[in-house]
Amino acid sequence: MSKIGTTEVARIAKLARIGLSEEETASMSAEIGQIMEFVEQLQNVDVSDTEPTDQVTGLEDVWREDEVRPSMPREQLLANAPEQKDGYIVVKRVLG
Amino acid sequence: MINITRPIAELVADVKAGKLTAADLVQASLARIAETEDYHAVLELNPAALEQAKAVDARVKAGEDLPLAGIPFIAKDNYLTTGTHTTAASNILRPFRSPYEGPVIRRLKAAGAIMVAKANLDAFAHGGSTENSDFGPTKNPHDPTRIPGGSSGGSAAAVALGQATFAVGTDTGGSIRQPAAMCGVVGLKPTYGLVPRTGVVAMASSNDVLGPLTRSVADAGLVLDVMAGPDPTDATTIPRDKGSYAVKAGSLKGLNIGLIKEYLGQGLDPEIKAKLLATVARLKAAGAEVHEISLPATELALAAYYILVPAEVSSNLARYDGVRFGHSSPKATNLEETYRLSREEGFGPEAKRRIMIGTYVLSSGYYDAYYKRAQKVRTQLIGQFNEAFKKYDLLLGPTSPNPAFPLGSKSGDPLALYLEDVMTVAVNLVGIPAVSIPFGTASGNLPVGLQLMAPQRAERRLLEAAAAAEDLIGDWSAR
Repeated sequence: MSKIGTTEVARIAKLARIGLSEEETASMSAEIGQIMEFVEQLQNVDVSDTEPTDQVTGLEDVWREDEVRPSMPREQLLANAPEQKDGYIVVKRVLG
Repeated sequence: MINITRPIAELVADVKAGKLTAADLVQASLARIAETEDYHAVLELNPAALEQAKAVDARVKAGEDLPLAGIPFIAKDNYLTTGTHTTAASNILRPFRSPYEGPVIRRLKAAGAIMVAKANLDAFAHGGSTENSDFGPTKNPHDPTRIPGGSSGGSAAAVALGQATFAVGTDTGGSIRQPAAMCGVVGLKPTYGLVPRTGVVAMASSNDVLGPLTRSVADAGLVLDVMAGPDPTDATTIPRDKGSYAVKAGSLKGLNIGLIKEYLGQGLDPEIKAKLLATVARLKAAGAEVHEISLPATELALAAYYILVPAEVSSNLARYDGVRFGHSSPKATNLEETYRLSREEGFGPEAKRRIMIGTYVLSSGYYDAYYKRAQKVRTQLIGQFNEAFKKYDLLLGPTSPNPAFPLGSKSGDPLALYLEDVMTVAVNLVGIPAVSIPFGTASGNLPVGLQLMAPQRAERRLLEAAAAAEDLIGDWSAR
């Protein structure tokens, strides 16, 4: 399971929306393979009776009132947008 | 010449008594930053620092009781701050200016502290050497040919260089404690959720914590006392202790300390081991009960960490898409290319690697084998720490297996760099507090740190013991 070929790297890169050069794809294949080989040791652990942990301080469903609060000014939030027009963020064409 | 490296309590007392002003302290801090800029601890100065200092002086004069009156500090550049850039030392955030600040920066300012600069880090806090900064590495104050540790390497170096009285950093797998150890300062990682994460660039949200880097345990307690406490914008925050975290040294007599056996094993520099055991002998002579304890799951912690953290990283870093903020590729002709090219151009090799690993372990068909299994190992690790804390008040070990290594010596070998975190990651996965204090030197004059760990929310116990150990150690640079 731990060998990650360049086709697999390309598949993951597509999922992650990251462009990789040919050189990066090759080095990524070797490095990710090496790291996955290292984490492979977990496969030998008996976890059959263990529940997974995703929250360490025991909090569950934290609620708050659903109330209207003031937000930041629109111009301030748009100030970081690479391109904007008439108070909206401009994006490139969505369809090919 | 004004000395900003004195204890915070003394500086604050002098500011309140009118013997010093916030403006004096900030000017001294800025002068020291300029004098030591070759270390590249700092990425950007706060242009309004002096003006903000004068405002603090006015508040002090008006009789406001400010716990950090006039104290200059440096924030790791993954803290969102207005009036400067916030880059996380990454090219993709190079143009970013935050429209808001989080509760921690607001609390520090309200307490009278003044942010003088933003500190360098491994881009997005991915790394343990600060060599992954897209803007170039920071140099170790004790040997400029070596790394300062990371990812809060700029923050740790800044404190060691005396550029500010304290710094604030983030710790996801050791990023406060390990650079603190390598730079000879104190680094405190609080309980998960004690300090709100809002206003910090997210890395791995179930592990990320914010904490101080200081010149003493007393200073760390004073700063934590300002940082800690819930905030409605971070639903994972927990209540703070009713008492102050600014505690005095406690008694070592009768304190039960467990020395983690696995951290003394393979990979630990023999000189660090010998000196650590000598320090343990002194703790015992001072009345502490120290016994070895085995926590076998700590040997699996690193493997679990390097599944869980990249998974969370890949999710958190999905927001950098070239659309709403940050770098956007000028070469893109459609939306898909905006995503792909902006991320290709803006992320450095380590961020890409972690996003790729995270995407892989979360992808269809692999989720149960990797991510879910790692979460179960995390449960086992938590169980072993809980058992240990039934018997021991505190746990002890080295912070890092080795002193700071030469710049460039491990680049090109990502796994070798990951192994640097072997003694720090378990604390994050378990969510407990830990502090690294300098206790000696190795390989010549290079500082090394020891790590004390306490159960969740036991920061006061942790800091009382750490302050006592600090007193016992005395001048670490002579040991």
